[in-house]
Amino acid sequence: MKHLNLIFTLALALVSFACKGDANIEQQTKESEAPAKTVALKPDGAGIGDKAPDFKLKNVDGKEYSFHNIKDANGNTPKGYIVIFTCNTCPYAVASEQRIIDLHNKYAPMGYPVVAIQPNDPAIQPGDSFEAMQKRAQEMEYPFLYLFDESQEVFPKYGATRTPEVYLVDKSLIIRYHGAIDDNVRDADNVKEKFLENAIQAIEKGEEPKPAETKAVGCGIKAA
Amino acid sequence: MNSVFRSIPFLYGLVFCLLSCNASPASGQEQPVTETRETRWPEPAAYVKGIPVYEEFGQVEPFLHFDNDTTYIINFWATWCKPCVEELPYFEEFTRAYSGEKVRVILISLDFPRQFERKLAPFVEERNLQSVVIALADGRYNDWIDKVSPEWTGAIPATYIYKRDKSRFIGTSVASMAELEAAVKLL
Repeated sequence: MKHLNLIFTLALALVSFACKGDANIEQQTKESEAPAKTVALKPDGAGIGDKAPDFKLKNVDGKEYSFHNIKDANGNTPKGYIVIFTCNTCPYAVASEQRIIDLHNKYAPMGYPVVAIQPNDPAIQPGDSFEAMQKRAQEMEYPFLYLFDESQEVFPKYGATRTPEVYLVDKSLIIRYHGAIDDNVRDADNVKEKFLENAIQAIEKGEEPKPAETKAVGCGIKAA
Repeated sequence: MNSVFRSIPFLYGLVFCLLSCNASPASGQEQPVTETRETRWPEPAAYVKGIPVYEEFGQVEPFLHFDNDTTYIINFWATWCKPCVEELPYFEEFTRAYSGEKVRVILISLDFPRQFERKLAPFVEERNLQSVVIALADGRYNDWIDKVSPEWTGAIPATYIYKRDKSRFIGTSVASMAELEAAVKLL
């Protein structure tokens, strides 16, 4: 019976092909000389178990930071780093802002400071200029570093594509978790699973985070 | 037995298509669409000012698996997403250029549910959007992003184009209608 079905489908496809109406799109496309640029890009970048790409970026206080001079809340070398690509302007980043502050306040004393990196090009998104970042950090009294990926060289190394997007890096600078802060970026009150916090607890216990990778909708990072 | 029944719509489609092929192309006859069970549009949980609202991804999943001879262009967007709004005119241009043909643009809004009424609905009305607009309120993204395409990182805009079992995913902004046409053609 399966074969019969297949035959009908094939016959139908053939007949459809012969129908004039079907050919219209192809013809029109040829005429308009469509560029062949549209290729689905799978972002290359660091994955789970890979070394976290280092960076040297300017913080909102004007100082430059890399993994080597970031300390935890006690002034010690961190046990890990919560690297979050985020920005001023994305509504989902705004919806996550308080959560990011809370994460730092909870985990920086335990050895896991938040390192926020703003990857958007202010030429495209003026609300993400360095000055706007400084203003936001001051208004909200960010307790964490808010670094500017001005040359836009850091986020591609990580393979980050959206804001907010998290990478949990351990003390050996290995990426252990990548993805969303939790299972409800839009609504903090309806979070059921705290992916990132669970991942921190897993590596504290010497276990592998499960899941080690999650996805969430976010604003595409703006690059020219 | 099951497959015999499943063949019936195909048979109808076959006959219908044969008939319409014989008819004059200028007759203005509607394009034959093979109606199958899967082509039925999922019932929304509610409407907000005419826009169908779906609560769970499972309810919109059938939109990604229609089994007929139409090509579907599914775009994930939101009114707050600047690049989404910037590329929207190309989808609209496409919808207008190919009206009456077997291609359909479906714009799935991921706006905040509380903004469906005061932001999304006025936006759709003011711009007089001709493409189909539906709203999806399911914010448990990690549960369903991979079901659209494993290639999708979650960044919007994102566009999934398919016809039956052939598909293509565009994870970046579209810069022209020609780009959409090319993607459809390459399917």
